[in-house]
Amino acid sequence: MIVHSIFFYFFSVIAIFSSLMVITSRSTINSVFFLILDFISIGCLFIMVGAEFLGMILLIVYVGAVAVLFLFVVMMLNVAEQKQSWFIGKKSTHIPTGLIVSVLILLELLVVVGGWKYKEDLMSSSTLLLSDVSNTHQLGLVMYTDYILYFQLAGIVLLLAMIGAILLTFRERIGVKKQSYINQISRNPSTAVELIKVKSNQGVKIDD
Amino acid sequence: MTEYLQILGQEIYKIIFLLIPILVSVAMIVWLDRRVWGLVQKRRGPNVVGPFGLFQTLADALKYIFKEIIIPASANKAVFILAPIVTMTLALVAWAVIPMSEDLVLADINVGILYLFAVSSLGVYGIIMGGWASNSKYPFLGAIRSAAQMVSYEVSIGIIIINVLLCVGSLNLNDIVLAQKDLWYVIPLFPMFVIFFISALAETNRPPFDLPEAEAELVAGYQTEYSGMMYAMFWLGEYANILLMCAMGSILFLGGWLPIMDIYPINLIPSPVWMILKILFLFLLFALIKAIVPRYRYDQLMRLGWKIFLPFSLIYLVLTASFLFYFDKLPKVDI
Repeated sequence: MIVHSIFFYFFSVIAIFSSLMVITSRSTINSVFFLILDFISIGCLFIMVGAEFLGMILLIVYVGAVAVLFLFVVMMLNVAEQKQSWFIGKKSTHIPTGLIVSVLILLELLVVVGGWKYKEDLMSSSTLLLSDVSNTHQLGLVMYTDYILYFQLAGIVLLLAMIGAILLTFRERIGVKKQSYINQISRNPSTAVELIKVKSNQGVKIDD
Repeated sequence: MTEYLQILGQEIYKIIFLLIPILVSVAMIVWLDRRVWGLVQKRRGPNVVGPFGLFQTLADALKYIFKEIIIPASANKAVFILAPIVTMTLALVAWAVIPMSEDLVLADINVGILYLFAVSSLGVYGIIMGGWASNSKYPFLGAIRSAAQMVSYEVSIGIIIINVLLCVGSLNLNDIVLAQKDLWYVIPLFPMFVIFFISALAETNRPPFDLPEAEAELVAGYQTEYSGMMYAMFWLGEYANILLMCAMGSILFLGGWLPIMDIYPINLIPSPVWMILKILFLFLLFALIKAIVPRYRYDQLMRLGWKIFLPFSLIYLVLTASFLFYFDKLPKVDI
């Protein structure tokens, strides 16, 4: 077990260190890179407790997709060095908001952990069996039977969020030429080529 | 403690004997790529160094090693140096789960295919980091293009993998290979194989989707500012990734290390040979396509990924699922 605990401490030290660096590092890009490191080490911790499916999904979804978008946004906005105005500026309204949010998160965590600790059948499930089946199978068995409603609801919430995001950022641009593949393929010489007699000293208007 | 050290030593031994063949085959594959490219265009290709020019890549690598590494003055030094290392490491690390035969695999993990998918989706970081850290226009544009391209095509690759997994019922790569004992999935899932192949071209930034390094527009894309060994690492990582995609394709669709037919004289050939032959076959297709297809335009690339491949693979997924359900062929889990 000693090797196991060495690995555990290795990954958890990296996770804690990098999550501290996310909020303290001056450059935003470095913050994002530390966030990625944090995700990866937490993925490794998941794998160490035997939840290999969750660990891999964390890597695929958060590191492979979400963090790439973060990186994109940070690079595009060019939020170079963060000035410490959050703490020093006279009209700093961020600290109360931040405090409220973090206290709320702490309370939520307390409720969840407390509930899990003191109510034994909170996670009871008729399908959860401890057998040799791999945890991917077990997850599927639980998720698609007992919790199918919540699973589908979560899917609908995500779909709505996606549609909302598309609607919010959608704008019709005028004057942009679009390529229509059907028109392009169905063109033939009789519709594409036209003979025009050009009068001298007068231009001719093509392409309208 | 000595026991652990022994295990550690054994694993390191295994890892070295996995890495050396991969690096050598990457070198050979570069030669093959250039050779095929040359032959298609009625040129000779590299044929001077060594027999048939086989040592050309070695000579190139030597040249890269002795070249000076130039770091631009305005570059973000740490990220600039980290980028090729990330690319190379991720390309090599994925090989840990590729089975060359039933027991010739470094790590036979339960979620092998997810691991492959995760590692290949991390590959985009090397490119973004390199492009951003160079602090120059062309690398940055190349990096943005490549990130958008890789994220888009990953989605369809993911759905194609789900198609195969529905038929197998396991995420283990050896199980995926064994499930194809009677019928390779390239036959029932042929459209998915084609889409997988094209997405793999896009995922590895190969022509006709090599927009991140389109030399007519972006000089060399994200690797414009790189020189010497750091450029060579990008380059090796790229080819290791291509080989990895070929291996993934042969495991998912061509029956991995299974022989082409399970009859007497053919099944005497050891399984690693079959795996290598299949990877080589897919790589030959990659090389031929590089030589014969012109480059896509960027909006066409995005349209192909999001408007054609994604809906088509989703529809095919529903079809596969309904077929398996209707004929009661869904893989069973014994609990």
